[in-house]
Order: sequence, then C-alpha cells, then structure tokens
Amino acid sequence: MTRLSLRYDVVIVGGGPGGMSAAIGALESGADRILIVDREIELGGILNQCIHNGFGLHHFGEELTGPEYAARLIEELVDDHIDVATDSYVLDVDPDRTVTIVSPSTGISRVQAGAVVLAMGARERTRGAIRIPGSRPAGVMTAGLAQKFVNQLGYLPGRRAVILGSGDIGLIMARRLALEDVAVSGVYELMPHANGLTRNVVQCLHDYDIPLHLSTTVVGIHGNDRLERVTVAPVNERLEPDLTRTAEVECDTLLISIGLIPENELSAKLGLRMDPTTGGPVVSSTMETSRDGVFAAGNVVHIHALVDFVSQEALLAGRCAGEFATGRSRPADNIRLLPGENIASIVPHTISSDREHVVYLRVRRSLEKSWLRLGDAYEKRLRYVVPAEMVSLKVRPRFLENFHGDALKIDILPREESGPDDE
Amino acid sequence: MSEVTHYLCIGCPLGCRLEVEEDADGSVVEVRGHSCRKGKTFAEREHHDPRRMVTTTVAVEGGRWSRLPVHTTSEVPKLLVHDVVRSLRAVRLTAPVERGQVIVSDVLGTGADVVASRPMPAD
Repeated sequence: MTRLSLRYDVVIVGGGPGGMSAAIGALESGADRILIVDREIELGGILNQCIHNGFGLHHFGEELTGPEYAARLIEELVDDHIDVATDSYVLDVDPDRTVTIVSPSTGISRVQAGAVVLAMGARERTRGAIRIPGSRPAGVMTAGLAQKFVNQLGYLPGRRAVILGSGDIGLIMARRLALEDVAVSGVYELMPHANGLTRNVVQCLHDYDIPLHLSTTVVGIHGNDRLERVTVAPVNERLEPDLTRTAEVECDTLLISIGLIPENELSAKLGLRMDPTTGGPVVSSTMETSRDGVFAAGNVVHIHALVDFVSQEALLAGRCAGEFATGRSRPADNIRLLPGENIASIVPHTISSDREHVVYLRVRRSLEKSWLRLGDAYEKRLRYVVPAEMVSLKVRPRFLENFHGDALKIDILPREESGPDDE
Repeated sequence: MSEVTHYLCIGCPLGCRLEVEEDADGSVVEVRGHSCRKGKTFAEREHHDPRRMVTTTVAVEGGRWSRLPVHTTSEVPKLLVHDVVRSLRAVRLTAPVERGQVIVSDVLGTGADVVASRPMPAD
C-alpha cells in the first residue's frame, strides 16, 4: 500500500485510460507530486476486461488488445513522481480541493490537491433504466458485468443467452459467449439500425451466425430463481412495442447493452455546471470545469467510442492541471461553441482564438456527404457522419483571424455535390 | 455459370454492401458495391482467405485474476478460430506471467503464436 502524502500537485480520480493518460500529461507539465486513486485492485479500468483487439490505432499507431493498451500506459506511469492508491475510493472533493479517500487498508485519508482531474468514466445503463416488466430472476445483467465474469473471474454467466441492445459491448459479448460454446439466440435492437461499429456487426455476429433483430425489443422477463425465457416484440416508428406480435425466447441469461452513463456523483456534489446533452460537466478548452482547478476528461465528460480519443483528451487535461497546480495558466477562452443543425453535443464548450484546439462533435443523424460549418469562419467537407462515431475537428487560429464575435455555431449539413478533397 | 457472394465492408462506418462475382472455375470476375480501393481489397481477401485475430483467455493459478487474456500474434484462417479457442481450454498456467510471454507456439500449425496480452502478477 502506498503511503499517501498530505499534499499533491495533481490528484486524479480514476485509474482507467483517462486517469492514467492525465497522470502522464501532468508529469509532462512538470508537476512534482501526482496521485491516482482507483477503487479497483489495479490500474487499467475497463480496458482490463476488454480482451479483444482494435484499440490504439490512433494513440499508439498499432492495433492492441484492451489489456495491452492498459499495460502500455501502466508502464509509462512507473515514475517517482506518481503515487497510485488502488482499492481506494474518493468519497469527496471539496471546493478548496481537499480530497477525502477511503480504503480498507488505511481507512480515511485527506489530501490537499493543487489541481484535481475527474476521470471516473461511465457505468452501464441497467434493466431499471428502461423498466422491462416481469419477474426478477438471476441471469439478467449488463453486458459489461458478464464480460468481467468471463474474462477476469472465469465464470460463464449461463448456457443460452439473449442480448438486448446492439452497442459494441453487446456485440463483443455475443462473440465471446459463442466462442465459449454458450448458445446466443440473438441480439435485439430497438432502433432500425445497429448501434455498434459495422466491424463488430460483421466480425461478432455474421461470423458466428448470430441473428440481429432490428426494431425489436424485450418486453417481458420470466422465471422464478433463474431466468427461463424472455418475451420479445417488434416496435413501430415511435418505438412502441406491438404486443399483439410477441414471441417467446428460451434463455437462462439476458445481457443488457443499452448505453453508458457518465459517472458524475462527485461532480454533482461539487456543484459543477453540467451539460444535459453529454451528461458530463461543462469544460473549457483546457478541460477545466466550472470550478477553478478541477479538470475532467474521458467518459465522465462525454461518452467516447474510441479509447484513443480518451487518452488524447486526458493528456490535455493532465497537462493543464499540472500547469494550474504550478502557477501557470493559458489565456482564457473567448469563444463559446454552440450546437447548430444536426449537432447533438460539443466538447469542449469554449475555445480561445490564440491556439489550436481539437473539438469533438456528435451528430444527431447519419449523413453520407456533408458540410461541417464553424459559423462563417470555416467550412469543410465530410465524407460520412454517424451518431455512433464522434467527429473530431481541429480548429486552427488562422480559421478565426477575421472572427471577432464571442460565439460560434457549428452545423453539419447535407451536401449535394461531391468534391475532390472528401475525407 | 457465375456465382455472387455478398460481404459487408468493415473498412469504415459506411459499411458498403460488397458483391464478389466469380465464374465456374472460382476466379473472381468482378467486385461491386465498394466506394474505395480499400473496399475492393477487403472483398477479395475476405472471399479467398478470410482471417481473424483470436483473442480469448486461459486459466491461470495463483494470479491476481483467475483468467489471463491472450491473443494470436497474427491473423489465423477464420475457420480455425473456434478450434484455436477450444484448444486453449487445456492450458493451465501458474502466475506470474509476463506480457508477451508465449503460451502456445504455432497454434494448430497456423504459424501464429498465442501470447499473453498482459502481465499477471502472483497474488
């Protein structure tokens, strides 16, 4: 067990890819004492249970499995300036940045932080979030919990599984269970399109002949001690189930993969200003929240599709936290970014015109060819946009040379003609 | 007589519906439905020699967790993926294990090694 100091330049809440990358950023900025706190028994976060490959193409320039990606970051963190407190939980962060930590081995400790980085990640939506009627038998769980059972603890959740939701974790678990000879009856998706990446639909479902039932959902759960079957029904265009056309599917396991919720209890206690569209705190271009010296990065700010972008965002948050703690700061933001046509969310919420920024956007609906417009200051052709994948936009100072306002609206609009510089 | 097989491209989120047409002696006549060069290459490879990486876990005793994640060092023929996973059920390791440690070399004669995806310290 690490002996905690009384004072740190930067305290990071969460030791997943966001927290670890923030620590590396803080170290690069010259922060002297850095602490990472995580409730698990080791660093790595959810990457440790994501044993499949496909991570790291952007950040490390090669394709890695989840545990490899985590191990790479952990190796970078071995440094005299970084303390790691695992099996430890942050109970509270005060506005003066006193951090209260509890752990079974050391009880309650309080440390003073020069800056704090919130990197708590997200948790899965459960059966309760969509209120599926029926009994409450064993065998109903989120896809991520089943992933931990299978990949780390060595338990199979059952013998015959149904998966609700076609998010990537659900698709990945369909394949994982099929490979372990669990019968996967099918994946049921409320929407008329798959939610996960095409790559996963092909390699996780088609490869294993697992049917994907679109516009269909689970409307009943049956069984006393153990799940025995589920009732499924097609839905209409208003997503209402048609209970005259139900079917019964026998199964002893129902995995639920219906999305993630940023884990922001600490943010709420701190009274941070929140963005209802992302479910996370409002952040500036330095990833600072509405409280001085409190930064945030990763899924706690907005749900990412790729861990590589979590790392890049968290490196920035860590650097800026380190600068804040050591008495340096970047020029304040002078431009607010406003979501316009077909934009569901924007992070960060403000930028400055003096330096380059990466802005992450989520669209509301898919477009094959589109224009991305940053007010009247800049426009760019996009080849395709889908709600499942974030659009990242590099905003350079030269785009804003002739812009003197204080707010820019971002739109992604349909484009008719095709251009040579499609990307 | 020619035969048409369908594939879904995994190169990007467009997910183009690809068609590969081949004639009676099994040579490809035409690839259709792709919107870039990557899609054409993918269709040809997927048609003749589909391959996949294998990622799974093996049993490990005395470690922090009871399963160790492993992966193949290169893609193996798609038809052998399930057999590779089944063959690894007989493996019993004892912690500690190093990241990259070879667990099975040349698994099922594919030329690929199965290696540890992470270190597994002794508990």
